[in-house]
Amino acid sequence: MGKGARRSDAVLVVVAALVALPFVPLVLWAFAGEWRFPDLLPTAWSLRGMSHLFEPGGGVLGAAFNSLVIGAATAAASVAVGLPAGMAIGGYEWRFKGVVVFFILLPILVPPLASTMGVHVTFIRLGLADTLPGVFLVHLVPTVPYTALILAGVFAERTGELEEAARTLGASPWQAFMRVTLPGVLPGVAVAGLFAFLISWGQYVLTLLIGGGNVVTLPMLLFSAASGNDPVITSALALAFALPAILTLVLALRVLKPGQRTNLIGPGKV
Amino acid sequence: MGARLEMENVSHRYGGDAPALEDLSLDVEPGELVALLGPSGCGKTTALKVVAGLLRPTCGDVRVGGRSVVGTPPERREAAMVFQKPLLFPHMSVARNVGFGLKMRGTPREETGSKVHEALRRVRMEGFAGRPPEELSGGQQQRVALARALVTEPRLLLLDEPFSALDANLREEMRELVLRLQREGGHTTVFVTHDQEEAVVLADRIALVFDGKLQMYDEPQAFYDRPATREVARFFGATNFIEGRTKNGSVRTPLGDLRLEGPAPPGAVTLTIRPEAVRLEAGENSFRARVSSASYLGTQVHYELRTAQTTLRAALPPHVRLAVGDEVTARLPAGSLWTLKA
Repeated sequence: MGKGARRSDAVLVVVAALVALPFVPLVLWAFAGEWRFPDLLPTAWSLRGMSHLFEPGGGVLGAAFNSLVIGAATAAASVAVGLPAGMAIGGYEWRFKGVVVFFILLPILVPPLASTMGVHVTFIRLGLADTLPGVFLVHLVPTVPYTALILAGVFAERTGELEEAARTLGASPWQAFMRVTLPGVLPGVAVAGLFAFLISWGQYVLTLLIGGGNVVTLPMLLFSAASGNDPVITSALALAFALPAILTLVLALRVLKPGQRTNLIGPGKV
Repeated sequence: MGARLEMENVSHRYGGDAPALEDLSLDVEPGELVALLGPSGCGKTTALKVVAGLLRPTCGDVRVGGRSVVGTPPERREAAMVFQKPLLFPHMSVARNVGFGLKMRGTPREETGSKVHEALRRVRMEGFAGRPPEELSGGQQQRVALARALVTEPRLLLLDEPFSALDANLREEMRELVLRLQREGGHTTVFVTHDQEEAVVLADRIALVFDGKLQMYDEPQAFYDRPATREVARFFGATNFIEGRTKNGSVRTPLGDLRLEGPAPPGAVTLTIRPEAVRLEAGENSFRARVSSASYLGTQVHYELRTAQTTLRAALPPHVRLAVGDEVTARLPAGSLWTLKA
């Protein structure tokens, strides 16, 4: 343990504190019974916020379920589209690659509000407006570019020489992909899927425009609660909204073994 | 036993650039170890990939065991390749890495097990079968990569600078390993390297490639004794080039009239002599010179001998002590002078 290690530990603590601190008043509010102005801490505690979350008729459980379904479907579809795209971009050199990459990135560059207006008109014609499948489809607009980009980075590291080695050892192109390339990129695929899920989980504007208030997800509830004046309910919803994101990230970091994790960030040792 | 490899007028160009490989013809006997030697970027890796089937030659033919393989995909060429990086599959154990080629061939499980064990034993890695590759050092990984290539009993073994990333001691150890495996297995091996010393130590024959073109293809000793051109001679460390013109059977040079062992070719010639062949004695082909620099290298001392017109390098055993400024008589034995092609 050198001086450098200790210093980077200190930096970690500061960063963690900066991330965690905003949650402190949130947690306090979520469990507060009474909290008036000059008091530093709530004077009374209650589970009113928590019971609102799980109230059968309260709509929170249903909204959470919608968010979960849309998020999972978005993640799966993004990976399905992003995998071949990422492999083509990251793994191989070809003509006009720059142009294609530009078009894949366009949905990130163009303000979502602008493109979604057009999408909305089309979806009304197709009968997809105000429906859950419509919301799922529009969530793909921001997630696919990100998944494709993440996977391109993963493939850039994994294709090429490893596949060539497999080929000279007797593997057909398909075998090389299934047995060498794909297992190597799976941790990256998991991260890309997770990322797509989180983007979808956090969508408000796209859900509102295409769902038209018929498709209620957690951010919709949170937004309307935040514009009301019950900080207990708002904080409870905010916690419920943030928790899955934190949980999945922690889980992902634990599932990915250190050796595989380095491959996502940079070259492993040679 | 390995197969014969024949490359006939093979060219390859990437896109519209200058050809990476131009009109390369090479014959490798069954069981022979040939080094493809050249500076980096000379096209030697391209040549190897063409043989492996990873690149398609722009024109020319590649035959293995007498049959053309130009249209054969890499997986059916039985030409196992070991790369500069070990490229072990990171999600497989050492044993599964080594067994990969057998699995692709549908070898039964028991047979695979015993062959993998045998291959790991041959590269002295038998204790590592269950380990993930990331726990191995660079040298160990490269030994596993060798075992992985050998276990399929390929008709050709292609090595692309496999030891250049290792440190000097390890490199030496690996060279011995490759020589031993080669003797035991009789694989036809093509070995790419930019290290002239490595090529000399390992190869039965060396193919020297500059700018995608074959310069000389011969036994290692020939590159020292009978280099084809000045560039070849220089690549093998020759520094003494003596320009001259043939007159009355000997060559008139700034060092005087030099007699050659055979008949001197007519007209302008360039002679070369290894620094270690220069003698400090009087006699035929001798001249007076002054020592202009001396550098002690442990087993040898390198001197620069200067005459009025030219400078010559001599490598002498350390017990001959000359000081800078000494006047000496040096002799170039006729048998050590070699005439270069223009």
